[in-house]
Amino acid sequence: MLRYLLEKEIKLFFRNPFLPKLVALLPFIALAIFPLVANLDIKDLKIAVIDQDKSPYSRQLVEKVLSSPYFQLSGNFTNYAEAQRSVEDDRSDLIMEIPAYFERDLVKEGNVQVFVAINAVDGMKGGMGGSYLTGILTDFNNNIRAEWIQTPSRLSTPHINVFSAFRFNPTLRYIYFMIPALIVMILAMFSGFLPALNIVEEKENGTIEQMNVTPVKKSTFILSKLIPYWVIGFLIVNVCVLVAWLFYGFWLRGSLLTLYPFTIIFTFTFCGLGLVVSNYANALQQAMIIMFFFITTFIFLSGLFTPFDNMPQWAQVIGNISPLKYIIQVTRMVYLKGAVFTEMLPQFAALCLQAVFFNGWAILSYRKRN
Amino acid sequence: MMTIKATELTKTFGNFTAVDHITFAVQKGEIFGFLGANGAGKTTAMRMLCGLSKPTSGEATVAGFDVRTQSEQIKKNIGYMSQKFALYENLKVWENIRLYAGIYGIKGKEIGKRIDMILEQLGFEKEKNTLVKELPLGWKQKLAFSVSIIHEPQIVFLDEPTGGVDPVTRRQFWELIYQAADRGITAFVTTHYMDEAEYCNRVSIMVDGRIDALDTPKNLKYQYNANTMDEVFHMLARKAKTAKS
Repeated sequence: MLRYLLEKEIKLFFRNPFLPKLVALLPFIALAIFPLVANLDIKDLKIAVIDQDKSPYSRQLVEKVLSSPYFQLSGNFTNYAEAQRSVEDDRSDLIMEIPAYFERDLVKEGNVQVFVAINAVDGMKGGMGGSYLTGILTDFNNNIRAEWIQTPSRLSTPHINVFSAFRFNPTLRYIYFMIPALIVMILAMFSGFLPALNIVEEKENGTIEQMNVTPVKKSTFILSKLIPYWVIGFLIVNVCVLVAWLFYGFWLRGSLLTLYPFTIIFTFTFCGLGLVVSNYANALQQAMIIMFFFITTFIFLSGLFTPFDNMPQWAQVIGNISPLKYIIQVTRMVYLKGAVFTEMLPQFAALCLQAVFFNGWAILSYRKRN
Repeated sequence: MMTIKATELTKTFGNFTAVDHITFAVQKGEIFGFLGANGAGKTTAMRMLCGLSKPTSGEATVAGFDVRTQSEQIKKNIGYMSQKFALYENLKVWENIRLYAGIYGIKGKEIGKRIDMILEQLGFEKEKNTLVKELPLGWKQKLAFSVSIIHEPQIVFLDEPTGGVDPVTRRQFWELIYQAADRGITAFVTTHYMDEAEYCNRVSIMVDGRIDALDTPKNLKYQYNANTMDEVFHMLARKAKTAKS
């Protein structure tokens, strides 16, 4: 019986004027464009400089700041008000003011203040810019100390140098962080929306009622809806991995085979969610809106855009329900760290539980009669 | 032998009683007309008999099975055609037949034969590979009927099967029903065409969820002193609370 139902699903899928194209193109477009646009690496911040001192040291500092790839001079200003105006006109992102007697105070007192003002309308940009600049200032500071203290004596203040090395993504490239999550997001979109819309369409056309007067079992019917999208989900993962490699030269550090069982279970889970939604929605629009609600909530709670540990306690508790959380962890671990299956058993268990939960619910809530 | 038996069958939605304690029986091989104005409760009653809707109270058996507890067994023994066309529009004619043949457990080899048989019976040989959405309405309905009895069920439920269909095709449609009845398939039909009511062996007329009259068309006309079923229907339907005019 299942065979005939699957045959029907496959024929209908390929006769749909829109769906096959969507499945073929969306992974390409999403992966090609999104990481480029949603880039958090900040470069070319426009900096307004007010150098009141014009001494060798102050010039050295300005030069140092401008030689980094992060900053670009928007102009030299003589007073703060002018510089402020350039920020208001959006010609500058931040202001660095070097006070008069900068060099004198630095040499004499070993202590001087540089004033930095940052436009924080774009919080992310402001924050990153500020920390870059602080980094450069600290560096400058250390160089000067090194110049002065030619012979390190025991008298100099002992200090600990912290060297941070970023494991697994040494250059902290945002793209490498985002691609694994994006693959999951694309997969979630397809495996969540397509089955839901499919069943609701059958409801709208009345074909499901014809099915309901036949002896088709609930589980058979649900399976006939799951299997095609399962296959599609599997294809999509492979296309995504390939696109990431072609466009960004980004290949998994771990094994693709490690990723498969997780994505297969995850697709199953999300298809289940889609089916649950379709059982409660009576119209396409209704199904779309409910599905949007779940997918966006799950995405926000999953740690896709923001670190999971930064969320408030209650959100973390809810976030544990989000299947996306586990699969994003897994893809990132496999991609960046080269994790093997046994390291991710808790995630696997969580995904399996959710798969059983959503699909069980889908079968129970599908009513052949009311 | 009675293939459908309903006793005090009732369905309420909140305060509204759609089907109000109806009692009737249908014989095997009979063409049973189930008439009533819009909103009289025909479709609801039919959905209960098909196992699509649970009765609020009362009893009914269809093909010997209880509609409350054995709805899945009932589904193996009935065919159903709803007032809304419900075959897959984007499947070809033969693909729709194949799908339902497969669902009803007809074996692979036999399916091909059934497809050819139905196409021949309907004169659809040329349309074998046409998408169903491209067929005219009357043709679709004939196809839907043939598909609904592909498994030779004991009973076929037809909910306004000829709505919007031209008179010639309607006539052909009724010939299909007669052929099925000759093979022993009981036909349970709702319709708004009173000429079609005359084709039925027996007719019931529902008013406000109750069955107000049940007999052969001939006896009903005699009883109500009318010339046509149309007149009988008007006399009964006028009493309805739900009637608009």
